[in-house]
Amino acid sequence: MTDWPLFRAVGEAALLVELGDRIDDAVNRRILALDALVAQAMPGGVTELVPAYASLLLHFDPLVTDHAAVEQAVRSLVPRAVAGALQGRERVIPVRYNGPDLEAAAERLGLAPAELVARHLAGQYRVYMCGFAPGYAYLGTLDPALQLPRKLEIVRDVPAGSLIIAGAQCIVTTQTMPTGWWAIGRSDAILFDPGLTEPFLLAPGDRVRFVDESDGVRLVAEGG
Amino acid sequence: MAAARLRVEAAGPLTTLQDAGRRGWMRFGVSRSGPVDSLAFRAALAAVGADADAGVAIELSMGGIVLTCVEGAVGFALTGPGFAAELDGVSLGCWAAGSVTAGQRLVVRATAGNWGYLAFAGASEVLRWLGRAATHAASGLGAGAMTAGRLLRLEGCRMLPARGLPMPGDAAAITTVRAVLGPQERFFSAADVARLTRDGFRTTPSMDRMGLVLEGSSLVPARLDMPSEPIVFGNLQVDGAGRITLLLADHQTSGGYPRIATLLARDAERVAQLPAGAEFRIVLVTAAEAVAIARAEAGRQRAWLAQVADAETLEARLMGQNLITARVDEDW
Repeated sequence: MTDWPLFRAVGEAALLVELGDRIDDAVNRRILALDALVAQAMPGGVTELVPAYASLLLHFDPLVTDHAAVEQAVRSLVPRAVAGALQGRERVIPVRYNGPDLEAAAERLGLAPAELVARHLAGQYRVYMCGFAPGYAYLGTLDPALQLPRKLEIVRDVPAGSLIIAGAQCIVTTQTMPTGWWAIGRSDAILFDPGLTEPFLLAPGDRVRFVDESDGVRLVAEGG
Repeated sequence: MAAARLRVEAAGPLTTLQDAGRRGWMRFGVSRSGPVDSLAFRAALAAVGADADAGVAIELSMGGIVLTCVEGAVGFALTGPGFAAELDGVSLGCWAAGSVTAGQRLVVRATAGNWGYLAFAGASEVLRWLGRAATHAASGLGAGAMTAGRLLRLEGCRMLPARGLPMPGDAAAITTVRAVLGPQERFFSAADVARLTRDGFRTTPSMDRMGLVLEGSSLVPARLDMPSEPIVFGNLQVDGAGRITLLLADHQTSGGYPRIATLLARDAERVAQLPAGAEFRIVLVTAAEAVAIARAEAGRQRAWLAQVADAETLEARLMGQNLITARVDEDW
């Protein structure tokens, strides 16, 4: 049995705090609570906090503090980091369910495309973490009936604004990129606008709902 | 205020404007950016009297740069291992400062290292993103790339006397690299962890501001079921195929491939300056030792940067080099 929290040194200037080892709603809620508590306390020398699925990274200035001191400060906050209600905002993202992988994903799942769309629209999502690239928000949790492993082949140049799914996660992409996830739709929502003072639509903890902007269902029916 | 304008005639790939980097945005997927070799970068700023945090320099790649001064005059400083300057055909050597005036041509060639820094004694008017000039490689946001035809406008320009700059005490090619184990070493077998310090590593030509691919030790994660975790500069990542990447200034902010070890930041910078095919070994230090090393080196770096800021004449350069030779022997 692992005894959480676990503290791991990351080089000379960072400490990783782990509260679990898998993607889990309650663990991630505790991470986000801990992130807020540490941000409030801001132990001396800590310069940046980066929350992820099951871990929180603390960057610090090694000339001011060290791993042991930062660990001590965080350890005292962990008991208060409970999986409570999320403080995030509610965001609505319009989608057209016309992605190039919609039919293949539906077939693989043994669903009609329209049922895949209906189930995806019915889901309540939230941001577990942001990472990889600017504005990239990992949303969960996908309906178990929609969970697929990644495709065998990575597809290049998947355009920004693609709604992609894999495992229990979905993402609306913010840049053209290669991916092995299943592209089931497109969105015109601006998730990342570098010209704004607050350029990111989504932050960890935000709740997300998708709405069918156009005629995903009709298009699918025509295609079928 | 004295103004100057410089035009880029030619520049190697990956030539960008950088400041010290953008902090606090990794939680939104934005890496810090900033220089790959932050010590050489800080030296360039110190030599032109610019602020270490707010100052901007051109980060040069192996292709070097050719600039023409089209208006005014301005002092400059060039740092980075093996980056040599030539002003209207006259060699100034590496680690050098001087001034360029209207009509003059400044050529920088890389003879050894991968990343050089060219700073000017004037404030550059550049675009900022999230308050910082650092160019984010993947998006191009920030002050951006320096490509042929681009004009760099400078205000409040000062001239600088031609002078050599002292080199850092750790200017020699690094062969022993210090690292802290983990944070995801649990995804590797005990034999792989033993190989990390037993086998050597070799740099490859596959490098950019995101990372540097290494060869050598055969490491393969025993499993790949980790949830995505945050990444730092200096992480040694091993993917499912055993490809080893040293992550640098524009690393992705998180990833699901385990990082077997994390190089001390200065050692990672020095590895990033090695030519392709250079060999090095990794030795592990504890986290507490890593902090002690960082503190000791910071003191030596401060003293050296003060010399860089003060060195006024070519005579001082010669003296400086003698001092540095002594320092290298002491392995600062």
